[in-house]
Amino acid sequence: MKADPKNVLTGAHYLDGNHACAEGAIAAGCKFFAGYPITPSTEIAERVSRRFPLIGGVFIQMEDELASMNAILGASWGGVRSMSCTSGPGFSLMMENFGLGLMLETPCVLVNVQRGGPSTGLPTLPGQADMMQARWGSHGDYEVIALAPDSPQESFELAVHAFNLSEKYRMPVLIMTDECVGHMTEKVVIPDADQIELIERRYTDKKPGEAWPFEETEDLVSPMLPVGQGYKFHVTGLTHDYRGYPVINAEAQHKNVSRLMDKVRKHADDIIWLEEKDVDGADVVVVSYGISSRVVQPAIQRAVKDGIKVGQIKMVTVWPFPEKRIAELAGKVKSLIMVEMNFGQVFLEMDRCAKGKCETYLVGHAGGTVHKPDEIYKTIKEAAK
Amino acid sequence: MATTEIRITGFGGQGVILCGYIIGKAASIFNGQHATLTQSFGPEARGSACSSQVVVSDTRVLYPYVTAPQVLLAMSHDGYMTHKDKVAKDCIYVYEKDLVRLEKHGPKTSAFGVPATRIAEDLGRKIVLNIVMLGFFAAVTDVVPHEALRKAVETSVPSGTEELNLKAFDKGYEYGIELKEKAEVKV
Amino acid sequence: MSAKVEEQVREEHPLEKILRMDRIPHIWCPTCGLGTTVTALSSALEQLQLDTNKVAVVSGIGCTGRVAGYMKLDSFHTTHGRAVPFAVGLHIARPDLKTIVFSGDGDLISIGGNHFIHTARRNVDMTIICVNNFIYAMTGGQVAPTTPLTAKAATTPYGNAEHPFNLPLLAASSGAVYVARWTALHVRRLTVAIKEAIQKPGFSFVEVIAPCSTLYARINKLGTGLDLMKFYHDNSVIRHGADLNDVDIDFQSKIVVGKFVDIEKPTYIDCLNAGNKRAFGDKYKPYGGGNGDN
Repeated sequence: MKADPKNVLTGAHYLDGNHACAEGAIAAGCKFFAGYPITPSTEIAERVSRRFPLIGGVFIQMEDELASMNAILGASWGGVRSMSCTSGPGFSLMMENFGLGLMLETPCVLVNVQRGGPSTGLPTLPGQADMMQARWGSHGDYEVIALAPDSPQESFELAVHAFNLSEKYRMPVLIMTDECVGHMTEKVVIPDADQIELIERRYTDKKPGEAWPFEETEDLVSPMLPVGQGYKFHVTGLTHDYRGYPVINAEAQHKNVSRLMDKVRKHADDIIWLEEKDVDGADVVVVSYGISSRVVQPAIQRAVKDGIKVGQIKMVTVWPFPEKRIAELAGKVKSLIMVEMNFGQVFLEMDRCAKGKCETYLVGHAGGTVHKPDEIYKTIKEAAK
Repeated sequence: MATTEIRITGFGGQGVILCGYIIGKAASIFNGQHATLTQSFGPEARGSACSSQVVVSDTRVLYPYVTAPQVLLAMSHDGYMTHKDKVAKDCIYVYEKDLVRLEKHGPKTSAFGVPATRIAEDLGRKIVLNIVMLGFFAAVTDVVPHEALRKAVETSVPSGTEELNLKAFDKGYEYGIELKEKAEVKV
Repeated sequence: MSAKVEEQVREEHPLEKILRMDRIPHIWCPTCGLGTTVTALSSALEQLQLDTNKVAVVSGIGCTGRVAGYMKLDSFHTTHGRAVPFAVGLHIARPDLKTIVFSGDGDLISIGGNHFIHTARRNVDMTIICVNNFIYAMTGGQVAPTTPLTAKAATTPYGNAEHPFNLPLLAASSGAVYVARWTALHVRRLTVAIKEAIQKPGFSFVEVIAPCSTLYARINKLGTGLDLMKFYHDNSVIRHGADLNDVDIDFQSKIVVGKFVDIEKPTYIDCLNAGNKRAFGDKYKPYGGGNGDN
C-alpha cells in the first residue's frame, strides 16, 4: 500500500527531529495520538495536534502516560494506526502497558526522546540511558524492536519504518531517539506519497465464529480480528491460548511467551538493520547508534588518516541486538568499541556476544551532551594497539 | 570555507532562534549546503540570555554543536559577554551597535556593527530587528549567499509579514554593503 | 418427566447469546453480586435490541475485571486500573460502537481513579458499570477506597481509619451526565439504569452495591450472601435526584439508591468537532472515527 497523499508533506523542509518524526508518523497513516507533555518530546505531540484535524486524525492529551499508552492500544484495536511519545519519567510510566501491548500483540509506535536520567535528571539535555529499559523495562520476558535515528531525516524515515514493523509483526515498536536529534534542525526531504511504501494490517480472512485472535501461523504473526464485525473475540493481558482465553499454567505460559520471543527472534534477519562502513579487514570496529553513530565519524576519519584500519557499524535497530554479526566480527577484529551516552548498556550486549574473542571497549558517559570526537579517537588509538 | 560555525545570541523574544533557523534553512534548502541548527533549551532560554547555533558545511555535519564559532552574531550585551571569548581566532563579530559595547579582540578577528533596533523602529516594528541583523549578516559575511537568505526570510516569517520583513532584511543588507565599502573596521 | 414438562425445558440458557458458554463455569463465588450485574447488562442489551456486534466491553483487573472474559462481545481484559483509558482509545477509534467498561471499585477508583475523573471531565461517550463490594476481593479482602470507615479488611484488621469515596458524588462532580446507584438486589431497576446509561450520549456511571460474602461479609461478620441481600432490602432508600452530598455509605448504614443525575452535555467528540469547525470552517470534515477515510 502506498501512503495517502493527503497525509504526506512532500518536499524539502527545515525541521527538527521531533517535527520530522511527527511527519513520518502522519505519512505512515497515524490517525490517533495520545500523549502527555514532557520535555524534550513535546514537539511531536504539538505538531500532530496541529496537523490532525484536517486529515481526519484525533490528538488527545491524556491525564498521564499510563493513560496515553493504554489509549493507543485501545485505538489500535479499533483499527486506527496510533502512537505516543514521551521521555524519561514518562517512559517509566508507560512500561506497564507497553507490556500489555506486547501481550495483546497490538501494533502501535512509541517514541522515547531520551534525556538524562535517572528520575527527573536532565529534561533539556540528551542521553541514551533508557536503552536497557526499552529492552527489559516492562516485567516478564519478551523481545522488542527498537530503532534509533541519527538525524531529523532519519526521524522521518524511521517513524514510517516503525509503523511498518509494528503492523508486520503485530507489536508495539519503539523509536529510541534523544534530545539532541529531537531538537536538532536540518533539511528533511519528504518524498512523494507514492514513494512511501506502507505495510497494511493483516486481518483474518475467516468468518466470525471460526477465527481466533492468536492463531498459530507459520510466521508466528496471527492476523488480527476487527472490532465491530461480529467476531466477538476476547483478548487478555493474562497468559492465554490461541483463542485469547486465559490459561493459568506453566504449559500455556511456555507457549505464550515463546511465541512473543520467537516472533522477533525468528525474523531477526529481516528486522535487524545495520549500516556498515569499512568493516571488512578492519582491526577496530566502532559500534554505536542514534546521535552517537554520527559523532563517532570525525574520530574514525582522524584515526584512518593515522593509518588505523577502523570500520563502523551503525545500528539503526538496536533491539533485537545483532548477536550473529557481532559474534562473527569478534572472531576477525582486534577490538570492538561501543560508543553510547550511558555508562555501558548496549555495551553489555556487545561484550556478551564477543565472548572474549576480541577486546571490547566502552566510550560512555552519563549524558547531557554528545561525545567529543577526541574521546572516541583516543579509544580507537588504544584499541588498535 | 568548508565548515562554518555560527552562534547567535541575544535575549528571549528577540528572535534568536528564528535567526538561526533562517540561516540554516537558507544554507540547506536554498543553497545546497548542509546546515544543522541546535539551540540551548531550558528555563534560561525564556526571557533572559539565549542562543542558537548553526553549523554550515559543504559536507554532512557530523558533530552537531558549535565549539569555536567563526561568526558570533550578538543582539545583546549579556549574550556578547558570555560568548565573546569562546570563538575561533578569525571570528567575525556581527553585533547590534546600540545594544553591544564592543571590547578588544584578537588581531585576526573583525567586527561589524549595525543599529538594527533603530532601523527596525524606523520601519515601524522593533520586532524585525533580528531580520535587519540577518540582512546585515548577509552583507558582511560570505557564509550563505544573499539571495538564499532573502528567500529563507520570505518563507520563514509569519504570513502577511513578508513585505515588512523583506524590507528589514534589505535595510540591514544595504547598511552592511555601505559599511563594507567604507572598509573593514578592525578592532 | 412428562412430555409436557419436557417441552418447557429450554435447550439454551437464556443468556447464551451474550455469554461465552465455552468459558462457563465462571470463577466467581456463590452469592457474589457479579452474576446479577452481568445478567442485568445482558438483559439490558437484549431489551435494547442492540446489534451486539457493535458493543465492546473493556475491563481491568480484579473479580469484576473478569467480566470481559465471559461476555460474548468484542472484549478486552486490560491491566489494573487502565480499562478506562483503553476504552477511551477504542471509543475514539470506533465511536459507532457502544463502549462499556465493567470495573470494580478498587480497579476503577483507586488505581484507576485519575483516569475515571478525567474521562468523566471530557464526557467521553461510554458507560461505566462499577461493581462496588467495598473491598479488594481477588487479592484476598484488602481495604479499598470504598471500604466504609471502621469496616474491617485484611489490611485494616482493627477497622478502616479512612473515609471512603462517595462514588456518585465523585462521578457527578467530575462531569458524568448520567449517575445511578442500585444494589445487586434491585435487578430490574439496575437493568433499567444500565439501559438508560448505554443510551445516554456521554459519560454515564452506574454504581452497583454488591455482596462479597467470601471476604467483606466474612471479615466483618455480616453473615451470608443472603443476609447481605436482606440487608439491602431493609436498608436501601430509593431517592431519585438525591443531593449527592447525602449519599455517603457508612458501615452498615442506610444505602441511598436511585437515579441521581441525568443531564445533557456535548460529548468529547461533539466538542472536538465543534472546536475544529470553529477553527477550520467548511474545510473540516466532522470526525467519524476510523482511519479518517470512512
